[in-house]
Amino acid sequence: MIEIKNLRAAVEGKEILQGINLTVKPGEVHAIMGPNGSGKSTLAQVLAGKEDYEVLEGSVTFNGKDLLDLAPEDRAREGLFLAFQYPIEIPGVSNVNLLKNAVNEVRKYRGEDQLDAMDFLKMMKEKMKLVDMPQDLLNRSVNEGFSGGEKKRNEIFQMAVLNPSLAVLDETDSGLDIDALRIVANGVNALRSKDNAFIVITHYQRLLDYIVPDFVHVLYKGRLIKSGDKSLALFLEEKGYDWVKDHVDEFMAV
Amino acid sequence: MSNPTELKNWYAGKFKKFEESLNGESMLSIHETRKAALEKFLELKFPTLKDEAWKYTNITPLFAHKFEDILTVKPSIKGVDAEKYLFDKKEFYTIVFINGVYVPELSDEVNEPGITLCNLKTALTKYTEDVSLHIAKFAKIENSIFTALSTAYINDGVFLKVKSGNTLSKPVQVLYVNSGGDNLLIQPRNLFIIGKNAQAKVVESYYAEGESIYFTNVVTESYVDQNGVFEHIKIQEESEKAFHISITEIDVEKQSKYSSYNINFGGELVRNDLNARFNGEYGHVTLNGLYLTQGIQHVDNQTLIEHAVPNCESHEMYKGVLDDQSRGVFNGKVYVKKDAQKTNAFQENKNVMLSDFARVDAKPQLEIYADDVKCSHGATVGRLSEEALFYLRARGIGQELAKTMIINAFANDAVHSISIDEVRRRIEDRVAVKLDKQKNEND
Ligand SMILES: Nc1ncnc2c1ncn2[C@@H]1O[C@H](COP(=O)(O)OP(=O)(O)O)[C@@H](O)[C@H]1O
Ligand SMILES: [Mg+2]
Repeated sequence: MIEIKNLRAAVEGKEILQGINLTVKPGEVHAIMGPNGSGKSTLAQVLAGKEDYEVLEGSVTFNGKDLLDLAPEDRAREGLFLAFQYPIEIPGVSNVNLLKNAVNEVRKYRGEDQLDAMDFLKMMKEKMKLVDMPQDLLNRSVNEGFSGGEKKRNEIFQMAVLNPSLAVLDETDSGLDIDALRIVANGVNALRSKDNAFIVITHYQRLLDYIVPDFVHVLYKGRLIKSGDKSLALFLEEKGYDWVKDHVDEFMAV
Repeated sequence: MSNPTELKNWYAGKFKKFEESLNGESMLSIHETRKAALEKFLELKFPTLKDEAWKYTNITPLFAHKFEDILTVKPSIKGVDAEKYLFDKKEFYTIVFINGVYVPELSDEVNEPGITLCNLKTALTKYTEDVSLHIAKFAKIENSIFTALSTAYINDGVFLKVKSGNTLSKPVQVLYVNSGGDNLLIQPRNLFIIGKNAQAKVVESYYAEGESIYFTNVVTESYVDQNGVFEHIKIQEESEKAFHISITEIDVEKQSKYSSYNINFGGELVRNDLNARFNGEYGHVTLNGLYLTQGIQHVDNQTLIEHAVPNCESHEMYKGVLDDQSRGVFNGKVYVKKDAQKTNAFQENKNVMLSDFARVDAKPQLEIYADDVKCSHGATVGRLSEEALFYLRARGIGQELAKTMIINAFANDAVHSISIDEVRRRIEDRVAVKLDKQKNEND
């Protein structure tokens, strides 16, 4: 699915990612955890193609293609999806307009016909059920005036509509109450299949009770310093990130 | 190259030939109006940057050309496919001009009990009284040398009169298509009279074939009598080498409602003046505008709203999108006289700059002499949100479409209240095409 090799990236001259190696296969769910500022969002944004980040070294192969060589829209069209940690508000562009254009741009890229209005609406209805999306959010401007929870739910809704092969969820759980968390997790679980994969970035292990990962990685100061299974998340929860910061060597040796 | 005086003499010098071309029609009383205007034209000076109202717009490029009035050169109208610029012909009355020349085959003449719609030249002889009662009464020759020039050469344009209590069953599209034949002076003269309790919608549209250099000098007078409702859309897509100077005078009576949408895509040097006056209480005026400029285009919009009487309301929303080295000017003056208590006047000008070399000069001016009023104004200049652009691209939407979506959303405030869907869509499509065209040039 995706193979990240020795990825180094900088922003404003400051190196943030210092050699990331990660391979994700179809059907897998990987969790990336780590303290604030360790570079989780940077990794997500570099994968999605944000131009503010300069790739210094390394390679990313996505479904056989050189991901870093693609424009952001082509990455999405190839099946990559990023659920933003901070979804952007776009006044005047309705959610449904965004999705109609997105779906049709992706289809055009893949040489498929445009969806007609009826089929599009049918699909929207289906996907809305998946994340309990209220109808009125659909017609409102993208994320404008949405609550924190609505924004996150909207990200998952968009993901459901676009049906990516790899979804990167950047702290989709933060700021959600337990009910919203469950809705989001159910949405993700419903979309899981042997053909797609997820990279779930989170600060807390709580989400992983609902979306059970196959692998857990710890990102610290721009490096994946440790990988394991779900028990690693529980271990982190118990010790806390401050402990990790103070006992990096010990932690890596555990 | 000539200087302002030479240019004045050039335009004035054509008057004799113009008179001859009128044949017997120079006997009409309107001709006295023309002659008075010619004198005024010779008296007045072309504005310079020293004139407050022309501070940001330099018209000296106009002096480099000796434009020829269409009556003296009789331009060809062959080979121009005007129909492609028409909206759905079934849904609109149409009045069509090619290179300033009226095209009856593509135009409607309406003469029903409550409605008169035809080209102005026809109206001058057929509805002489109606026309002379109003023409050149709202657009005063002493106020602008361009009004004086227009009035001296009053010849053709559109005449619409909706009598009391009548509603025009379809909107009117007035189409001016200008092609080839460099060096034309085209002077459309429009007169819209909306009677008491009457209603009408007019789309005044200017298109060009090719990149020719010409000068459109248009004067439009609108009068909305008590309780009348008039929606007036102007779409300007002249050649990007053309001069377009337009003066729109608006007089609204008690409880009447006038809405203007002043949409500008074309022209190299464009100047629009809109002057609205409330003559009676509880009037309502909306002046909205949109300008999308590229290359070296220069678009200057000047609006004046005179609140002379109490209890009136005005709304202004002008939006600009400027790229390359283009320039925009917005000067919005709201004048609230001493007696105009309970005035509501809101004005906003917002700009998005797509290039570091584009420039906009925005000057909202509120002059308020009444004390019990609600007025606000604001001007902003910003850039296209990179964050929003990236967000849309991350959803698979191509860069150009993403940009168009954001810009159309930005422009929407100025055009969403246009009540004719097809016109609104046409404007949105045009935004997309213009942004796309630029992409093609950059590639
Ligand atoms: N656009 C940016 N400009 C400057 N610094 C940035 C930018 N984005 C991230 N950083 C810096 O990079 C580091 C990693 O940030 P981030 O990837 O957001 O961490 P995380 O998501 O793990 O909390 C932080 O020190 C942050 O300040
Ligand atoms: Mg983050």
